[in-house]
Amino acid sequence: MENFTPWTSLAGGALLGLSAALLMLFSGKIAGISGVIGGLLSPKKHESSWRAAFLTGMVLSVLIVAPLGFSLPDISGENILLVSFAGLLVGFGTRLGNGCTSGHGIIGMGRFSKRSIYATIAFMASAIVMVFVRSLFGAV
Amino acid sequence: MSKSKKIRILIGFISGALFGAGMIISGMVDPTKVIGFLNVTGDWDPSLMFVMGGALAVFTPIYHLVIKKRKTAISGDAFTWTTNTTIDGTLIWGAIIFGAGWGLAGFCPGPAIASIGGGTNIILAFVLSMLVGIVHANQYLAGRFPLPFVGYRKQCGS
Repeated sequence: MENFTPWTSLAGGALLGLSAALLMLFSGKIAGISGVIGGLLSPKKHESSWRAAFLTGMVLSVLIVAPLGFSLPDISGENILLVSFAGLLVGFGTRLGNGCTSGHGIIGMGRFSKRSIYATIAFMASAIVMVFVRSLFGAV
Repeated sequence: MSKSKKIRILIGFISGALFGAGMIISGMVDPTKVIGFLNVTGDWDPSLMFVMGGALAVFTPIYHLVIKKRKTAISGDAFTWTTNTTIDGTLIWGAIIFGAGWGLAGFCPGPAIASIGGGTNIILAFVLSMLVGIVHANQYLAGRFPLPFVGYRKQCGS
């Protein structure tokens, strides 16, 4: 519990909500990251430029938060094979399930969408089980 | 360039920057924190509950009080949310597979993109694998790529 950071997490979360609201209010789009990327890989007319701009903003965001004293954590100790396998599952699962923590967890939940509520419960439960199984092997 | 296209690109960039900043500030980019949040039977770190809480506290009222009352977005574009309300196996299995990957490494798509600037090959490996996974899923959904045990997707209904 020594890592408990309620205030920065709340503030960061509020930024996510603000971003999703702005994108939807101004251009009618959904700030679901798996969807933004997925749409670029199977492009439709008028659907690529805003996605590219959105992802550019995301990649550059590390520069915006630097003056505020926030930086990316050191993750160099992670196992690259495990991370790569996880990437395959995350990419495949989010496309199949039509959303991830942002699309279902924020926008869908905020819209009280039944599909998103079920999906959020399913991926949370699955992730908790996965971490529990890993802890049995002493990997957490 | 039309006005609506300018709005789409400018707002896309601004909201992307805000989104990435939110991911970094909230701690979602830290896999140790994500695993600590998911580790409910161990040394549970509830911080990331506040991420969803903060996001929903801002998005939900704006959506229900402002966005929902409009016919189109400010740019004149139609809202792109889905009208699909069916809870099917594709949705649930997709979410379960995603959750397994999330619990395995502690990364989900948003934090991964926001972490590209961090300079580790770990995140690049994750993002590339994720792109491969997305392509496979698109192929499977189009009925062109068989899955182990499941085979080709049947082309009926959704």
